[in-house]
Parts: sequence; structure tokens; C-alpha cells
Amino acid sequence: MTLLAHLPPLQMVLPLMAGPVCLLLGRPRLCAVWALAVAGACLAIALTLLGQILDTGVISYHVGGWEPPWGIELRLDALSGLMLSLVSAIAVVVLLYAPASVRHEIPADRQGLFYTLFLLNLAGLLGMCTTGDAFNLFVFLEISSLSTYTLVSLGRGRSALRAAYVYLVLGTVGATFYVIGLGLLYMITGTLNMVDLAQHLVNADNPRTLLVGAGFVVVGLSIKLALFPLHKWLPGAYTHAPSVVSAFMAATGTKVALYVLLRLAFTVLAPSFSALHLPHPVTVEGMALILGLTGMISASVSAFLQTDLKRMLAYSSVAQIGLMVAGAALLTPTSVTGSLVHLINHAVLKATVFLALGGVLMRLGSVRLEDLAGAGRRLPLTMGAFLLGALSLVGIPGTAGFIGKWTLLLAALEQDRWGVAVLIGAGSLLTLAYVWRVVEVAWLRPAPAQAARVPEIPLSMLVPLGVVGVANLVFGVYTAPTLGLARAASTALLGGATP
Amino acid sequence: MTWETAGGLYNYWIFILLMMIGFYTVIARGNLIKKLVGLNIFQTSVFMLYISMGVVDGGTAPILSDRFTVYTNPLPSVLILTAIVVGIATTALGLALVVRIREAYGTIEEDELLALDHEDFPAGRTSAGDTP
Repeated sequence: MTLLAHLPPLQMVLPLMAGPVCLLLGRPRLCAVWALAVAGACLAIALTLLGQILDTGVISYHVGGWEPPWGIELRLDALSGLMLSLVSAIAVVVLLYAPASVRHEIPADRQGLFYTLFLLNLAGLLGMCTTGDAFNLFVFLEISSLSTYTLVSLGRGRSALRAAYVYLVLGTVGATFYVIGLGLLYMITGTLNMVDLAQHLVNADNPRTLLVGAGFVVVGLSIKLALFPLHKWLPGAYTHAPSVVSAFMAATGTKVALYVLLRLAFTVLAPSFSALHLPHPVTVEGMALILGLTGMISASVSAFLQTDLKRMLAYSSVAQIGLMVAGAALLTPTSVTGSLVHLINHAVLKATVFLALGGVLMRLGSVRLEDLAGAGRRLPLTMGAFLLGALSLVGIPGTAGFIGKWTLLLAALEQDRWGVAVLIGAGSLLTLAYVWRVVEVAWLRPAPAQAARVPEIPLSMLVPLGVVGVANLVFGVYTAPTLGLARAASTALLGGATP
Repeated sequence: MTWETAGGLYNYWIFILLMMIGFYTVIARGNLIKKLVGLNIFQTSVFMLYISMGVVDGGTAPILSDRFTVYTNPLPSVLILTAIVVGIATTALGLALVVRIREAYGTIEEDELLALDHEDFPAGRTSAGDTP
């Protein structure tokens, strides 16, 4: 019983403490097993917590026994539970896949460091999803960001260093914006607890400070989640990072930042903003909708122009994040559910495609389009998994990606927003266009005559890849768990906020 | 707002000035070290914002004693201690990256790095991203 009550802090303390242990273990093989065991324990904790939340509602844990608004509160609702389970499940899959890929891409003396950083990153991400304190959130944000910068710099080739540097500068600017905004909000309320902050902001009599503070917070977080037009760091970082890191970042990093944005927007800022009168045609959700949809279309076009597949998928991530933000900005229960279900499914499908590309890089030595002629026949299983993920990305019915897009489409039509619906459809068509380029080269073009036969990727990589690949089909047909969770989460999110 | 109230808020003006100087340096400078210095100034300005808002005129440090009744709010200072630690970690990591970049490219000027990246990837589409 006592241990059960302390699960919320254990969730992020476990990987935080376990990370440095890898440095002591030294041998990469030992580190890999240790990291996998820790991630597995995190997943078990996350699922237990999710079960508790669905049974009994919100869990509030007071760190050190101090009452919340004074002490730090860990607050878990259905949305946090969903994010915790998603992040730790992806971590388990990626770590299963990692040893072989890491041996291939990272020099032996740095492999132990890789697992340390991976666990620290996991700790930061899980912490962001558990905490109910806005400043505590900043600390976890920086734990995860700092470890991600370093993970990116482990990539092959010198461009990885530059990508990491660009990411570090922009990421730090974003985090600092967040701190400035939070400082202004603290100035008018005197509290940092999210729930308490929301209540005090409603009564605050200084709308200008509120507006400026909220502006800083939202812009800062938008950099972290790579919302158009603040996404400049993302393509470089995803392209040059080691394959496993790209997969983990694409599946979790930006998703957790999106979670934080939604949490602050709906739980903290929405009540006070609905009382605020902005000049008539301007609304906060209107701006988010425009940025999201513009980002979706422009990033999809950029993706179409890329010849490096990792870079193409990076732009596609920017596009899909835009779609999720736009969905949440429609502010109806259906649209928020659609956004969240797309968040889950997109994490699964991006993990699939990036892990598949990791295998391609290992066997063919390149992920550039011109080097992939006939790859579909040379690596049938790896490229088959890639195809599953890619079809899911397009949103073909029967795959996971379809569910989110369909729900968002329904949400747009419910409100008679035909323009939004048409743009969502256009976004999917653009996705089809850039996915088709890959299909054409990899399957329809013959392999170069002098190409040597290459073996399939090792089983330790193929199995996790297969699991996420098949998950795309499972979540596409059997939607009860994902849609159900997303619905519970959107109810939790909109609870006090529907206007 | 009268001149007197505006002048009385001078520490906030300094905060804004420092913030702008730092942010401008991050954007406008091509030298990676100078960028990091700008980033540092930018982060430091925030410390000033937090500490200014916690100060109470004539207040002392929050120590329990019969002789004092007015205390400065300690929470912002504590928050800033955390932010300073984060800032140090970021700067250290940033400088370490610059050292590695210098070893790998032989330069730390943004435009030269960009040119070298274009040599690595002739198509020009795979460079590490645009200038922040």
C-alpha cells in the first residue's frame, strides 16, 4: 500500500537515479539491459497509475508532505496517465531496438553515455507529465532538453554537432521565454501551482500583465514543440541525430511539449482568457488554428521537396504537430479527442518509420532517396514496416493514422468549418504525394545492377520494429483503447474550460 | 504613468534592456561563442526580473527574528537559484559543443560553417538548419 501511494514521484525519480548508474556499469551491453529494465519498470508504474486514475479519478501527490499551493504537487489526470503510458511504452520499444543500432552508429566509448542520457531524457519527459507545479515543469523541461541536445550531438558526422548547437540555442531561448512569462504570471498571482494559478488569474485585475505573460509562455512552448513558424531547429536535429534518438524524439519529445501547451492553455489560462475581451475578430484559438493549418500545409510542401528521408519525415512531424494544434484550437470535445488520439497514433507511426530508417541506414548506409532504388526488394521486412508506418501517416483507412484525421475531420464538419475540413484533406493528399515518391523509388525502380545482396537487419531490431509496425494496424482497427483514453483525457482537459 | 513611477521601476527597465541586448546578440552575431554570451545575458536578465519582484522596500532576508517585521519574498530568489544552475549547465554544454565544432570544422563562424555544410551535402538541403 505504502509503495503504491508513492508511485507518482517514483515514476520520474526512478529513471533520474538510474541514469548515472549506467556510467558506473561502463559496459554498453550491461547498460542496455539496465536501461531496458528501468524503462520496463516505468511502463509498469505508468500503467498502474493509469488504472488508478481511470478507477478513482485525479491523483494528487504532495511532495514532502507539504500542502499544495505551498509545496510542489504532482497531479495526475487521465491525460497525464495517457502521456506517461505512451512515453514509457515508446521508450521500452526504442530501447529494445537500440543496442544493435547504437553499436553501429555510436563509438564504443560513448555508448554508456548514450544510455545515461536516454534515461535522463526519459526522466525529464515523465516529470513534465506528472508535475502540477509550473516552475517544477520548467526544471523537467530543461532536464529533458539538455539531455536531448547531447543525444543529438552523438550523431554521425560533424553536422550533428551544428544541429545540436542550433537546437541548444533555440531551445534555451524557448525555455527562457517560458520562465519570463511564468514570472509575469507569478507577479500577479503569487502562486506557481497550476490549479491555484488558474483560480487566481480569473480574479487578477491586471489583464495586460496576464496577456504579456501568457504570450511569453505560449511562444516559449511553441519553440519547444516546433509549431510553425518556430520549427527551424527540428529538421536539422531529427536528420543528424542517431536513428534511435530521432525515433524517440519524434515519438515523444514534441508530443510532451504539446501536452504541456495544452495543459497550460486549458487548465491554467483558459478560465481567465474567456473573461478577457480581445478586439473582435482576434481570438486566441483563431490564431492557433491559423498557425497550425499554415504549418501543416507549408511543412508538407517542404517535406515533398526533401531528398533525405529523415529530413522529409522531420518536416512531416512539423506538419502533423500543426494539425494537432489546429484540432485542439477548435475547442470542441470531438476535436480535442481527435487531436489527442492523433497524438498517440502519430507517436506510434513516427516511431515505426524512424526505426525502419535506422535499419535502412545500417544496411544500405544512406537514407537519401537516390540511394534507395529497389530497397523494398533488398530489405523486404524493414521497408515493409516503413510502408505500414507511411500508409498510417497518410491516413489510409484501416491504419492508426486514419482514426485521428477522421475524428478531426468530423469535428470540423460538426461546426460547419468546411475550410478547415478541406485543408485537413489537402494535408493528407500532400502526405500521400511525398510518401508515394518513396514507394516509387523503393519498390518500382530496380536495384542498381552492381548492388550487393544485403542481409535483413538483426532480429533484436526487427522484433521491436515489427511490434510498432503491427500496432499501426491494430490501433487502426481496434480503436477502443486509444479513442477511449483520448476521450477520457479530453474530458479531463476540458473539464473546467468549455466556454 | 508619471516619470517618477517610471523611474522608480528602473530595475525593470534594466531587465528589458539586458533582455533585448542578449536576444539581439543571439540573433545577429555569427560567432558561436558570441551567440552563447548573448544567450547568457538573455538568461541573466530574467534573474533580475524575478529578484526585483520579490524585493520588499526595507525588507530583510527572511530570517526568523524579533527585530525584523518586514521580509523580502524568498521564493523568487530560490527559483532563480534553480534557473542559475540550469543556465550554467546550458552554457557548459554549449561551450563544449563549440569546442567540438571547432575541432570538426576548424572554424566557429556561422557563415563559414554553412559553406562547409554545403560542401558536405552539395544539394544544400541537408545542412543542419537555418541560422537561429
